[in-house]
Amino acid sequence: MLLGAAAVLLLVLPFVTDAALGHGWVRILDFALLYVLLALGLNIVVGYAGLLDLGYVAFFAVGAYCYALLASPHFDLHWPLWALLPAGALLAASFGVLLGTPTLGLRGDYLAIVTLGFGEIIRIFLNNLNTPVNITNGPQGVSLIDPLRIGPWSLGQVHHLGGLEIPIVVNIYFLFLVGVLLAIVLSRRLEHSRIGRAWAAIREDEVAAASMGLHTRNLKLLAFAMGASFGGLSGGLFAGFQGFVSPESFTLQESVMILCMVVLGGMGNIAGVVLGAVLLSVLPEALRAAGGLQQDLLGRVWVDPSNLRLLLFGLALVLMMLLRPEGLLPARARQRELHG
Amino acid sequence: MTALLQVEGLSVHYGGIEAVTGLDLEVRQGERVTLIGANGAGKSSTLKALAGLVVPSAGSIRYDGVDLRTVPAWQRVGRGLSLVPEGRGVFSRLSVEENLLMGAYHRNGATGLYEELERVYGLFTRLHERRHQAAGTLSGGEQQMLAIGRALMAAPRLLMLDEPSMGLAPLMVERIFEVIRNIAEAGVTLLLVEQNARLALEICDRAYVMESGRIVLTDSAARCLDNPLVRSAYLG
Repeated sequence: MLLGAAAVLLLVLPFVTDAALGHGWVRILDFALLYVLLALGLNIVVGYAGLLDLGYVAFFAVGAYCYALLASPHFDLHWPLWALLPAGALLAASFGVLLGTPTLGLRGDYLAIVTLGFGEIIRIFLNNLNTPVNITNGPQGVSLIDPLRIGPWSLGQVHHLGGLEIPIVVNIYFLFLVGVLLAIVLSRRLEHSRIGRAWAAIREDEVAAASMGLHTRNLKLLAFAMGASFGGLSGGLFAGFQGFVSPESFTLQESVMILCMVVLGGMGNIAGVVLGAVLLSVLPEALRAAGGLQQDLLGRVWVDPSNLRLLLFGLALVLMMLLRPEGLLPARARQRELHG
Repeated sequence: MTALLQVEGLSVHYGGIEAVTGLDLEVRQGERVTLIGANGAGKSSTLKALAGLVVPSAGSIRYDGVDLRTVPAWQRVGRGLSLVPEGRGVFSRLSVEENLLMGAYHRNGATGLYEELERVYGLFTRLHERRHQAAGTLSGGEQQMLAIGRALMAAPRLLMLDEPSMGLAPLMVERIFEVIRNIAEAGVTLLLVEQNARLALEICDRAYVMESGRIVLTDSAARCLDNPLVRSAYLG
């Protein structure tokens, strides 16, 4: 019953938003879904396995460039979607293993620093791999990327279903929604599986876990690879949606933002992570309206909306850590830890 | 009796510090052996080396006729070598039952897992009552029971216990040792590390006394109880 209501809501939401607020807002919804997918991926690494990753955006970048290079005039390759997305996810997963293999002996803060460095390395590589052989096209990025296309259906154009007009952003919304739903199902299955329990055990007491006969290094690598593959998948979707990628989109700021979504919503809890991602991607956009509001009410713009966003964001984080350190919708286990 | 575990010349280093020096030790099938000694004598390091959690700098460990140097930690549990770590190491945010299932992690899909679970619950009825509760909410004694039960889930042949009495009330210590005695009587070979030397000597057949990384004395447990040196140093 509740599930049915939620399904109807999700189905109607883009059309209502489009009619009421216009394409721009549906686009914001699309990005919110993309962030949900990213946050769910990072949640596997941070929430389930307890490994702090500050360079998660690197996997997003790998997936995006994988799509961009294999489906654009840059190399004159035009792979189909069903090959592009798995390729991006796989490539990102192997980068996860590549990062994890030498570094997973490190713990906590040290691991965080290394992952941060990794994120930067990937971005700088993308920025500079235009000489001597032009692979990534450097800071200009790759443009004219093929739009997302399912069989004969290009999602990059307006479709008509009966009398209903389905704009591009709504097409994208439904594709992303499918991705998010799959990710949720997969996360749930993982969390309650033998592997999920093993991750929880490692998170809590690595020595005890090892003495239970857990292959701790491989399990952590698996978490890295699984998380990275979600990132790679989102990257592919992002590239196909935008039609353009450049290294600028994959800064440390993005990694921090995704981590905030996971922490703010409630590490390890799927509903919390989804909520965190939606809030942090939609609220800043909503605050853009604050400029116009000031103009109307006070006669002039006192605080620039973009400054206001950061200010409120910082304030929200501080308040959260004071009042609900376990996140908005915490995992049961995390709540136990913080409130005994 | 054949030796189930045969350790020769075992040394463990942490950087420049030598925790265990040239240790020889033998545990025969079905035997109850205790390793006693003061704080920092190297007892826990010895057990960690046996479980594969630290890499020894020298020496050989033969278990059941196999050289363990080539067997990584995650495969030793599958061979029946189980460690109850010092300080219990229960997964405090997992439920009691999830903790127990972690103990049987390597027996993925094995039959008899639920019989094993029932057997452990039979041994520790308290754990059964609290099976859905988070392990962190148990008392110290219950957590120790859980740690032992978890190790039993691996169906060990050689059970190594690291300071099971640590931080427990005297009454609880007696109950834990009662259980350990029962486990040994069911045919599990025992290697017990303890600071509470009297209790350990009372339930074991043989003892090794360790001092600053070396074995300084080995004898039957009964004779150790009467040994004036042991009495003055460890029995007070």
